[in-house]
Order: sequence, then C-alpha cells, then structure tokens
Amino acid sequence: MAERFFKKEVQKLYLGHGEEFRGEGILAVTKALLQSGVSYVAGYQGAPISHLMDVLTDANDILNELGVHFEHSASEATAAATLAASVNYPLRGAVTFKSTVGTNVASDALANLASGGVIGGALIIVGEDYGEGSSIMQERSHAFAMKSQMWLLDPRPNLPSIVNAVEQGFALSEATNTPVMLELRIRACHVHGSFIAKDNVRPAFTLKDAIEKPVRDVNRIVLPPGSFLHEEEKIHTRWPAAQRFIQEHRLNEFVAEDAQDFGIILQGGMYNTTIRSLELLGLSDAFGNSAIPLSILNVTYPLVDAEIVRFCAGKRAVLMVEEGQPDFLEQNLNVILRKAGAPARIHGKDMLPMAGEYTPAAVIRGILKFVDTYAPRLIDREHLPTVVRPAEPKPQAIQAAESLVHPRPPSFCTGCPERPIFTAIKLVEREIGPHHMSCDIGCHLFSILPPFNLGATTMGYGLGWAGAAAFNSTQTDKRTLSIMGDGGFWHNGLTSGVGNAVFNKSDSVLVVVDNAYTAATGGQDILSSAAANPIRTTRLSIANAVRGVGVKWVREVTRTYDLARMRDVLKEALITREKGPKVIVAQSECALNRERRVKPLMLKLAKEGKRVVRERFGVDEDTCTGDHSCIRLSGCPSLTVRPNPDPLRQDPVATVIDSCIGCGLCGEVAHAAKLCPSFFRMDIVSNPTGWEGLKSRVRRGVISFLQRRTDRRLAGFAA
Amino acid sequence: MTTSPLAPSAANATTPRPRAITIAILAMGGEGGGVLADWIGDLAEHAGYCAQTTSVPGVAQRTGSTIYYVEIFPEEPARAAGRSPVLALMPVPGEVDVVLASELMEAGRAIARGLVTPDRTTLIASTHRVYSMTEKTAIGDGKVDAGKLIEACRAASKTLVQDDFESIADAQRSVISAVLFGALAGSAALPFRREEFEDAVRRGEVGVDSSLAAFAAGFRSATSPAEPKLPKAQPPHRETGPRLRSLADRILRSFPHQCHDILFPGMERLADYQDEAYVADYLDRLDVLRSLDAAHGDGEFRLLREAGRHLALWMSYEDAIRVADLKTRSARFERVQRESRASAAQLVNISEFLHPGLEEISDILPAGFGRWLMNRGWLNNWITKFASRGMILQTTSLRGFLQLYALAGLRRFRRRSLRFQDEHRRIGEWLALFPGVASEDYGLALELAELPRVVKGYGDTHQRGRRSFDEIMRVLPTLRQKDGASAVVRELRDAAMADESGQQFAEALKRLS
Repeated sequence: MAERFFKKEVQKLYLGHGEEFRGEGILAVTKALLQSGVSYVAGYQGAPISHLMDVLTDANDILNELGVHFEHSASEATAAATLAASVNYPLRGAVTFKSTVGTNVASDALANLASGGVIGGALIIVGEDYGEGSSIMQERSHAFAMKSQMWLLDPRPNLPSIVNAVEQGFALSEATNTPVMLELRIRACHVHGSFIAKDNVRPAFTLKDAIEKPVRDVNRIVLPPGSFLHEEEKIHTRWPAAQRFIQEHRLNEFVAEDAQDFGIILQGGMYNTTIRSLELLGLSDAFGNSAIPLSILNVTYPLVDAEIVRFCAGKRAVLMVEEGQPDFLEQNLNVILRKAGAPARIHGKDMLPMAGEYTPAAVIRGILKFVDTYAPRLIDREHLPTVVRPAEPKPQAIQAAESLVHPRPPSFCTGCPERPIFTAIKLVEREIGPHHMSCDIGCHLFSILPPFNLGATTMGYGLGWAGAAAFNSTQTDKRTLSIMGDGGFWHNGLTSGVGNAVFNKSDSVLVVVDNAYTAATGGQDILSSAAANPIRTTRLSIANAVRGVGVKWVREVTRTYDLARMRDVLKEALITREKGPKVIVAQSECALNRERRVKPLMLKLAKEGKRVVRERFGVDEDTCTGDHSCIRLSGCPSLTVRPNPDPLRQDPVATVIDSCIGCGLCGEVAHAAKLCPSFFRMDIVSNPTGWEGLKSRVRRGVISFLQRRTDRRLAGFAA
Repeated sequence: MTTSPLAPSAANATTPRPRAITIAILAMGGEGGGVLADWIGDLAEHAGYCAQTTSVPGVAQRTGSTIYYVEIFPEEPARAAGRSPVLALMPVPGEVDVVLASELMEAGRAIARGLVTPDRTTLIASTHRVYSMTEKTAIGDGKVDAGKLIEACRAASKTLVQDDFESIADAQRSVISAVLFGALAGSAALPFRREEFEDAVRRGEVGVDSSLAAFAAGFRSATSPAEPKLPKAQPPHRETGPRLRSLADRILRSFPHQCHDILFPGMERLADYQDEAYVADYLDRLDVLRSLDAAHGDGEFRLLREAGRHLALWMSYEDAIRVADLKTRSARFERVQRESRASAAQLVNISEFLHPGLEEISDILPAGFGRWLMNRGWLNNWITKFASRGMILQTTSLRGFLQLYALAGLRRFRRRSLRFQDEHRRIGEWLALFPGVASEDYGLALELAELPRVVKGYGDTHQRGRRSFDEIMRVLPTLRQKDGASAVVRELRDAAMADESGQQFAEALKRLS
C-alpha cells in the first residue's frame, strides 16, 4: 500500500453496540460487513469503492481477531469467483468493485454463482460509477442483476439505510439462495454521516470448519442437468422467496400512500434528490413528510408485484423516478400493471430525461410536469424554484464570463513519471511520424488530452495491446504502439495482451507503465510493487513475466525521466529490423505516492540536522521568449505561465511554481527537444557539510567580484 | 407512515419551513477542498446542527475540477419534528447559500453552472489564477481576461468576498483551504462565531498553528475587503540612469509622447544588451518611422510604437552571449535565491541546462569564420553529435561561472558576429518596406510592424518562427496588390503562432494561392 494509512478510520471498525459511527458511506459498509458476521471479503479497487479496500488493508488485526479473510483479488472476476465459498458452506462473503466496468469483468463468475445459488449470504457491493465525476462508460448494473437473476439493493443514500441494506442483504441472500448486489452511487459512497453501531460478530461457522470438513453437491454445479434445474429454481423457488422476504421485512418503504390519487415510485438511491425536489416545489417538508404518495424501492430487482399493484390501486397515475437507461423499471411496471389490469397511467422517461444523471434540476422539472398534469392546484406558482422559473436574460457580464471558463479535466500530477513517456513519444513522432496508438485504463489515458493528444482508442482495463491486435499486417513495416499500466498488466494484460501478441506473432510495440502501484485507484499494491508488503507478495518483475510468456525483445527503462533514453528505446522498438512483439517496461514510482512517502522523511532528516538536498526547477524570465514549447511537451501543473515582467514583451513567460518536486523533466525536455536555455535547477541544501560551506564561501567571493564588474558596466543605465 | 398533506402556499409564503443551509466548494484536486468541507461539517455539528458533506472526487489525480457539497440543518426543529432532515447530495442551481471557489476560473465555473445567484449566494472566491492547459499551451498569450471573470462574480453573487487567497496562504506558509475557511468566517454567511470556526481547525489536529494563522489572514481579508489585484501593465516609466540622459533627451525632444513608454525601456534594454552607441543606432532607425507615422498615421503613432517595440526586441536577439550575460548577473543570482525560498543556513546551487548546437556556436563567431564553419560537413556533424547531448553547467561553481562569464565577455565582438550581421540584414529588409507600405496602407504597415512577434524561442522553435516570417515577407508583395491585405497578414501571423507543427500556417498559406 502506498504510504497512506487509515488507522483513524480503522479504529471506527472497533466501535461496539450503541456507539455512534461517524464517517464515509463506504466505510459504514465496511463496518456493517463486520457486524453481519462476514467470513471473507475480496474485491478490486476502483472509484468509488477503493476506500473500502484501503481501510480493510490496514484493518488486518481486527480481521484476524474476527477470523475474516481479506484478499486483494487479481481482478473483479477473481473477486466474484471467491464467492464460490458460499455455495456449499454457510459462510457469509462479500466482494466489491467498480461498476459497470468491474461487473463486466466479473460477470462470468457471477453468472455461474447465480445459477447454482448459495447457502451462505453472498453480497456483491458495486460502486455505481454513473453521472458527474464518473470515469467510465454510462451503463447500469441493473442489467446484470436481471440477466443472472441476482437481487439488486439500491438503498436510500444515508448511513443507517446503507448499513441496514448490508445486513438485510445477507439475510435476503440466505433466505433465497441467491447472491445479492448492493448498488451504491458515487455520492453515496463519499457521503459523510453517522449511524449507531452494533458489536462485530465472529462467524459461527468458520473457513477452518469448511476447509477441514469439505462437502459437495453436484446439483450446485453448472453442468447439465444441474443448469436446467437452476433455471427452474430461479423462477419457481428463489424468486417468490425473494418477494416474500422483501414484503415481510418491509425492505421497500411507503410514504403518504393514500394522500393523493397519483404518486411517485422511486429508486431508494434517488430518495434524497426526490425529497429535495418535492421540498423546493412546496410538496414536502425537509424531513421527508411528502404531500405526494411515495413508493421507495430499496430493492429495485425484483419488483414485488403485490406492492406495486397495491400502491397504484385507486391512483390515476404514477411517476417512475429511475436514473439511467434502458428504463428497465418503467417497462417492468407496465407489465405488472397491465397484467393486473390496473388502470393507473405510468409516466417516467416521458417526463424525466431518458439519459443522463438525475440531478435535482432534472427531477424538479419532471415532478413539476407530473403534478401539473394531475393536480395543478398543488403547485404554488409564486414560489417556484429557480430551475423551473422562466429564466430572465443573463446579465452581459455573466454571459461574457461563461465563454471564458475552460474545461479542466484531471491530468498527470506534478512530477508524474508517466509524463516523460508521452513527451518521448511526441519527440519520436517528430522524427519518424505518428503511429497508431492504442491506450488502456489508468492515469496514462490522460495522454489523449492536451498537451499530448496521443492515443486512438481504449478498450478497457489491461486491454491496451489487445486493442491493437487487428493491426498485425505483413503489408507494412510500420508498427503500432500500445500502452498498458502495471495495474492492467497484472489484471489481465499479461494474457489478453502479451500472450495474445506472442501467440499471434504480432510485430507491434507495447509500453508497460510500471509506477509500482495501481496509481489511478489510489495507489494500491500489486505484484510488481517496489515496496515490501507484510501481507502480500510484491517486488516481482514485469520484464521477467513478459519473457516468461515468450517475448524476446524486452527493454527496461528504469528511470522514465531519462527522456533521451526513453526516446531512443521507443524509436528502436518502432524501427528495428527484428520482427515479433516488443515490450518496453518503463519504470518510475508514482510521484503522488512517492511524495507521500518521501516528503515527511526529508523534513524529519532536515530537522535532525542531516544533510538534505531539495531539487526544484526554475525559468529565467529574461531569457524566456514566451513561446511555451516547453509546456506543450510537458503539461506539468507546476510548469505554468505568468504575465511578462518585460514592458516590451506581450506574451506571458513560462514559470515553475514552488510545488515543483524537481523530477527533472523540464531540463530533459530542454535538452532533448533543444528548446531553450531558460531552465535551471536549484539544489537547495539543508545542513550543508563544513567543506561545502567553505567551498561556497570561496566561490561566492570570486563570483561576486566578477559580478561587480558587470554591475559597473551597467551602472547608470537603469533609473 | 402517515403525513399531513401540506397547503403549499401556506407552506412557502407565510411561515417559511426550516431548510438546510447549502454550501458548495469548487476546487481542484489536491487543493484541500475535502479538508475545508470536513471543517465546515465539524463546525456545524459542534454548533448544534446536523451536517452532511459529500463529493465526487473521481480519480486520484490532481488538477481536475472537483465539487464538494455541504448541507447543514439546525438540530432543534429536527428534534421537534422527531425526524432527521433529508439532505441533498448535490447542489441545486439557484438554491446555494455559499459558494467557495479556490481559484478564479473555478468561480467562473460555479457561475456558469448557475450555483451563484444574486438573490442568496455569498461567493467567496480567490482571484489568483491557475491557468488552464488551453491558456498555458498557446504560443502567444492565451490567458483569459481575469477582469471579466471578477465582473461576473460581482454580477452573479449577492455578496462577493474576493482576494488573492492563494498568496495570503503563501505568505502564511499554509494552504488556501485554511484561508478560505477564515474568509467564510469573516463573511458572516454562516450563523457561527469566529471561535467556533477556530475550534474546528484545532480539532483537525494537523498543522493547527499555521492553519490558524492562515485562517486569521483570511478572516481579516474578508472583513476589510481589498480591491482585486489584477496583473497590470507596468506604469510607463520615463526615468533613466545618468548615462542615458542625452539619449533620453533625444527621445523626449524628437519622439511623440505616445511612444515614450516603449522607447524608454527599448533604450535601456539595448544599452544593457550592447552599449549606448547601439541605442543611437536604434533611434536613428526609428526617425524614419516617426516621419512616416506623422505623414500617414492618425496621430496616435501606433506604427511607431509597435515598430519601436519589436525593433528593440529584435535588436536584442538572444544569442549565446546574451544568455551567458544574463545568467551570470548578480541580480539573477538574487532572484533565484528569492525563488528558492532558501534560509540563510541553506545553500543554493544553480545548474543550467544548455545545448549549444552548431548554429549557436557559429552565430557568435566572426561572420567569415562562422559561414566557413557552417559549410564544413564533417566538422558540422562532429559538433552536432557532440552538442546533441546537451550540457548541464553549474553556474554557482567556479568552472561553470567562468565559462559563462568568458562567453558573456564576447559581447564587445558581437557586432562582427555572423548572427549580428544576419539579423541586421533582415532588420534592414523589414524596415525598408515601411515607406512604401505605410503610404499605400497604414493598417498593413501596422501588421508589418507586429510581424516579428512570430519569431520566438530558440533552436527548432526559432527556426520555425523565422521560416514563417520569411514566408509572410515573400507573399507580401502579391498581397499588397489586393485590398484587405492587413487582415490577411494578421490571419497568417495568428496561424503561424497557432500550433507547433506549423500545419495551420501551411493551410492559411494554401488558402491564399
């Protein structure tokens, strides 16, 4: 793990019965797992559930005390397969990953798991990465629940509801022999709130019991005839059991059910946004006392026909507030009501947007349209919220400013070791022209943005080289260039990319970005991490792994900041006569994590009076001509511009701000691209040795003598 | 559950129901927006409020825009209602009480998203700029107009609290989040006392003292507002040192006042670059332009100004001598010392990243020898090979300093150097065009005066700039035949400065033929 510790959060996991837990939603889930007597937890990091993994990593002691096994799975597929432990044994297990991307990877195992069913509670916690802040394609986990018939929980986004969903989820899973998905949206994962804790529970039946007394049941295995049996079970046994459980335990909630002859059905996750929308329309108070009947679906799959029919009985219409598309729930409602012959009209995507995040603005508009149609008298037109009030023309000053606001996507951090790789690619492009470039998932994907503008596609995590598989032609000597991160490499790239390229005799180039962590997800360890990890095996060589699957042409660049070397190796790989797959492993530690590790250390040493050198770069304002080529080849946040101090020059000068960590790329670029002599490095020496001090005094003596001569020449020019 | 169907009008108009106080924070990753949100939440919870904070941090990297959102709600009515309030997870346009923006363009973003409204929003914005990639990568000046952004802040908000909170934090060696927290306290937008804010910082436990100092500075700024500090152009300085008096008098005597703010710095620059005689040379050349401008101009002497600006810059082109001269000066050493923020006890060593190519070397050699050198293939290759590595020279070491100092000393032979003769030939050709052009099209003359701007930088960048310049000079005669020539030249100039590859320039040229 990167040098980031969650000791403080971990302490919260020790809270006992009646104590108040305060913290992040995803951390509450972690505590809820322990309260539910979970036996094993596995997962693959990724926003928004990384924090769950990070905290468990540091919570090893408490996990041991409770006999809970925790794994950093190699991939989401591994995590999902881990749930096999609950197929034959009464073991509660939970896995977590980012969705839908992680669920895509996991779906083979999930489908097998769901087919055979479980006897121990199996919970799949998916971080629904949808809407603002999302870094992936906009899809729904709902489809996976439907296709494999796993139950899907979508609790109200507050800590008590989320914790309850975890506990009930295990019970539901066991009552129905079905794995249960718990869907948490980004903001719900990051929401800070509180709930009253319970004691942690040590599972009655342990992994030890299972390992020592193995049992098997051929009917749980997905192979005919079992597989056909499973389908029958899903429909005739598990489904009704689930609907019964949901009703008996009141997992879904109803508000003011008979207050009007129309109502709103909503996903639990949309509760806060819906209530706020009603409140702003004057149709609810701040405490959720709605004037409009509400049916809150904390379980969005399966729907309970009886509940739906009951809620819609005597109502002219209902509005389905369902975020994302396709409109699975709305379709389901229509089927249920038509079959029941219920007259209630169903609205949803006709009044709310079909695509895109359901922001309060969108929901307010939708609900207003709905209520306006069925009870206009309830709308107080004097006090409509801003978003539905007729917009007055914007003041000129505001219109002018709006055009000045540039998008600001995330980008490579200051001193990022991946930046020089793409700078090098830029330089190679200048020499031998552009190449088709296939990207992967990870920080390195920022290469597609300015200033680099490199890369044509990304087909998913670890699939960088696979994305270039088709470009394997004997009709040209030109090669394609693919990028893969160390995270994606161990996740699947070693087989899906490298193995595939070897087997198919591909003559193309792969750059593996080895920064010692899965950096983009928060700096978790992987097999090739450079640091020793007490609970994991690290320090394994990517280059050896690549050779192991048969790549002959392998080069390691152990310092990506060495731009000239990086450029030359890339160029060689692209033009060498040698045929066959070529792999360049570009290594340097993620700067963000390195700073977390090194900075405190340096400060400590300096305080102790040890000799410490801090490097940072600078630009001479009087030799910089303001052409900014250096920035176009770097894009470093610490390398920016400022107004030109020279009254004659109009263009801003480049400047390096104090956040610089002296990675050295500026200097390397100035050299490799023959840019400009304005860059200089400052070595700031704390606690210099006596000899150093003496030397510098002598130097300063001579230098200032000569400088005074120059000053005399210039004397009398300036005012 | 049951409910009391509400009579909406009563609900909204007469007795306003208790509602959440809403606070949005717009920051960039790594700026401590999360800390700020937590402080506010903690502050509220200790002051008898329920609080909920959330965010969409997305990926781990820095620099991306991020919104943190906080809602707080008084516990008392909640107790009365016997239920906890339902707080929203994202801001609603038009329904935000406080917006904190850690940077000016982020404040603009908040406005563009409709989060800042004149009926209720207190906007607390730092006026410093963190330039966007678009602004940074422009070959010329891509900066947006900060003044316009501040005007918008004023127009959009109910109350505006603005200052350069970044440099305030910097002065306190602290982080902007603490200063913004102080400004929030000072703005009195939240129903809490200063002490309650400070206690929240104390409970945070990390860097409490520096944070509290920064907090106090932010509070001060908010309670005694300052005018926005915008990057202003230097005031036209007309003073000069004793050795330039006579030349200064010549400027005052024989050049219109409209261009003194250009000619004075031009004079100083060239004396600093070469000597007084060089300045006289400069003014001689401008005499011609003055009379041209007087004859054809509108009395504003814009032609004289721009030509004067670019002539001074051109005549002080950056050769190895100039670079060595500037890098070895005492003023520069002091500037670096300041920038390094090193204490007296610390040492600062300066290393230069230089890569003298064949060009740079022959540039400063006597013209004849320089040309001879350029035409020696074998020597050429040898030097290029040697130079291509580039060198790192430690200016603070004797060896390094003496090398640069000696190089700077070649100044006195500069007039005989290859580059000097070359540049001055080109300058001559450029100036020669003005009489003809100015007489037939003053606008075109103005564009011509601005043309040298496309020549910038060093090495390849400089070569490319020169090529663009020559190309434009080449097409100029044909352009002069057509009308609207000045617009075309401006277009070409912008295209030349638009991208690295020179592609847009090539396209612009193609459009002509």
